Amino acid sequence: MSSAEPVRTPTRLLGSRIPYIEGPLKVSGRATYTDDLRRPGMLVGRLLRSPHAHARLRSIDVSAARAMPGVHAVLTGDRYPTPFGVLPITHDETALAVGKARYIGDIVAAVAADDELTAERALAAIRVEYDLLPEYTDTHGGLVPVAEPIHARVKDGSNVQKEVLQHFGDVEAAFAGAAERVHVHGRYAGVNHGFTEPLVTLADATPDGRLTVWSATQVPHYLHRTLHEVLGLPMHRIRVVKPEVGGGFGGKSDPLPHEVICAALSLETGRPVKILCDREETFYTNHGRHPTENDVRIAFDAEGRIRAYDIDALIEGGAWSSFGTVTTYYNGVLSMGPYKVPNFRYRGRRVYTNKPPNGAMRAHGGTNIRHSVETAIDIAAERFGIDPFDLRDRNALPPNSTTVNDFRITSTSFRRCLSEARRASGWDGKFRRLPYGRGIGLGCGFYISGSNSPIHFTPKMPQCTVHLKVDMDGGIAVHCMQADIGQGSNTLMAAIVAEVVGVDLDRVHVIPVDTDVSPVDIGSYSSRVTFMMGNATRKAAESLRDQLLKATSRVTGHPVERLRVATERYEVAHRPEVGLSYLEALHAAMETQGALVATGAYSSPPMGGTFKGARAGTAPAYSFAAYVAEVEVDPETGVYRPERMWAAFDCGRPLNRLAVEGQIQGSIHMGLGQFMGEAMDYRGARLMNPALLDYKIPMPQQMPEIEILLVGDDDPEGPFGAKEAGEGPLIATLPAMGNAIYDAVGVRCVELPLTPDKLLRGIERREAEGRAWKGH
Amino acid sequence: MAWTPLRFRVNGHPREIPCPPERILLDLLREDLELTGTKRGCDLGTCGCCAVLIDGRPTLSCLTLARLAEGREVTTIEGVSPPQGLSPLQRAFVEHGATQCGFCTPGFVIAATALLRDHPRPSRAEVERAVAGNLCRCTGYTKIVEAILATAEGR
Repeated sequence: MSSAEPVRTPTRLLGSRIPYIEGPLKVSGRATYTDDLRRPGMLVGRLLRSPHAHARLRSIDVSAARAMPGVHAVLTGDRYPTPFGVLPITHDETALAVGKARYIGDIVAAVAADDELTAERALAAIRVEYDLLPEYTDTHGGLVPVAEPIHARVKDGSNVQKEVLQHFGDVEAAFAGAAERVHVHGRYAGVNHGFTEPLVTLADATPDGRLTVWSATQVPHYLHRTLHEVLGLPMHRIRVVKPEVGGGFGGKSDPLPHEVICAALSLETGRPVKILCDREETFYTNHGRHPTENDVRIAFDAEGRIRAYDIDALIEGGAWSSFGTVTTYYNGVLSMGPYKVPNFRYRGRRVYTNKPPNGAMRAHGGTNIRHSVETAIDIAAERFGIDPFDLRDRNALPPNSTTVNDFRITSTSFRRCLSEARRASGWDGKFRRLPYGRGIGLGCGFYISGSNSPIHFTPKMPQCTVHLKVDMDGGIAVHCMQADIGQGSNTLMAAIVAEVVGVDLDRVHVIPVDTDVSPVDIGSYSSRVTFMMGNATRKAAESLRDQLLKATSRVTGHPVERLRVATERYEVAHRPEVGLSYLEALHAAMETQGALVATGAYSSPPMGGTFKGARAGTAPAYSFAAYVAEVEVDPETGVYRPERMWAAFDCGRPLNRLAVEGQIQGSIHMGLGQFMGEAMDYRGARLMNPALLDYKIPMPQQMPEIEILLVGDDDPEGPFGAKEAGEGPLIATLPAMGNAIYDAVGVRCVELPLTPDKLLRGIERREAEGRAWKGH
Repeated sequence: MAWTPLRFRVNGHPREIPCPPERILLDLLREDLELTGTKRGCDLGTCGCCAVLIDGRPTLSCLTLARLAEGREVTTIEGVSPPQGLSPLQRAFVEHGATQCGFCTPGFVIAATALLRDHPRPSRAEVERAVAGNLCRCTGYTKIVEAILATAEGR
């Protein structure tokens, strides 16, 4: 053979259904989570929380608690007052309340004691005198200067944490010349992640001056950094370890106060300390999806093409900033794709309230606004008399284009999502043709595949680094700080290494995240891991493979260009009988250098405009979705159920079909929860349902039959063509449901959750207004 | 304290262990016996992560006083796992991707083990009912139900 064979393109593992590598441990109860760990001499840490939503701390008397036998430390806010927060620009949180408490549940004191009972008694012995302050529990009231702003950092004395104003093109002119204008006022209750593993941290400060922290976290690196900032220890003396994590969905991505307090208590006592938050505390810590009000106006030309968006959003922040500045941007900039929007105006305001902080939750910033927009588009389709699929197809953002706010769109199979969902669902025979009480609806989705704008020390640092180490046993150790929280990223990382190096999957050992040995990755959020970790892992694996091919070349005398990777073997492409086994090649390579190491890193390319906030929402790729829901509604009671869903999703090339399906099914479940019944239910500042019995997550019987349609083309920059599938799949669920309900009973869903009583009122209102629907 | 020790069987072995009357079974299993496969998700009987079998019946150990296990057989996730490898049900969970974060998994395996023992060929509705006391936030239940049905069908 004259020309060199290229190295085999991966097909062996990637693209198939790869069971999770830690599955056997999880099904047998042998997977280790933070609360399963204990250390000799371990103390119990407990937290005293404010019963008042907004109150100045006049005095805290801890003398009686401190004097109790079995109590080893009592902390208050003045000991570690350094503010922190996930975003470097909005550090407004402290480990314990300093000066005042800002929500019911804000931590005012902490104790470490021999056992839980002693710790509880110590908490009861702490005397706090509060001066009550005015409580601010709604966003509208916080827009103007108030008597006692929740945070002094707000310059105008209001409670507005962040205001975003953006205007591209000429929205006024577009509306003035529009053939059709649609307005939707969507209102969304806050929702919580509802992960099954409660918040928990174990810390051990040891006499060698080091601090080790095991925590249920999605972002070990941010925790590492926050511990350094607040506790004043150099980073190299802090070690953060991530055991298995029982779900996160964004709720374990902020550095959280109990994590800092746990470490502080260990430093104070010189003993290991564990803090396990109970379910109520876990709900109160929240950082869930923001309650939001969206005023969405869309202008169309006579052909049904979108001419402009004009959006005004009011977002409830709760007591802290958390990810809120990002939320405020995302709620605008993620509203456009998958459509081409030539003119865009957005005002988003996030307002502090005296309630638990809101933060990032799966499909952060893209969920509520998408429901509003997709409802508006459904209304427009009806007014135009155009099928909802056709109207969306007409407005689809083309591949390799740039949006009005300078998003770089590369791959998109959105139009194929539409055609496949339409075909599979039998749409044309059902839409507006099903009997009264039955309906079918379309909703679409768009989400970032990793934020291009990393929250980092230096923006120039790679977003992900992966190290590989192989010694004579042939096992490949993979080190990376990406956090597998159940989504299967460890499995994917191992599969990429196995695929590229050509070895069996069981040779690859993913080393649990440990900041002592794992290179920095900025964690599991913004649906970034497959894309960024995948690219970094691929580079590291290729580097390792090249070392093995070089050794094979040296031994066989055939140039590297003539070699190919086979299963556990490197061979001459045109003479496959000549070659070395993986172990032979490894040992040959080790003769010259000992254990092999390889590294790979990923940084997203430069992108985005130059205006203020231009990088918010920029991503190296985007996912696209078109979902159809079919529902049955009982018009007498307002009770409804989703019967079937067709989920057409563009995640580029699916690398682990099992995991992609699992993400889509789980996303639909979570989206249905927000649509049907989940809500953080407040009376004033008080959360009424901090328990899984009262917080209504759908049960197995409420799940529809789901047909998944993976339709993506390979993404040009994704690892092996892949894009995200972890968050985007949630988004389209809500509008598909809402539009299906409309098709069933003629009632628009603009206030979520849509509980049966709300739907029944909607049906009664429609009947009272004399608007018949499907003959009823 | 002068309590008589709690005598019961755990995963096939007789145990005798000091146990005050207010001791919760979940605490006893996790803390005294180091059977940490049984998970603490809510302490209120709302998530099913702490499910164990008592005399074969799925029971929420977070709502059960340990003393109520006197003379009974308690089987935890460690007890339904064979010494080597996995049970057919556990294998099906792995192969079907029925675990994601895995925190709820032991509870589901316990519930499904009892179901399949009493109803070797359950319908989908029976499976859904059997696991309705277990919360999974990751999978949307689809793959869990599929894994249980596949086990029943010997697939």
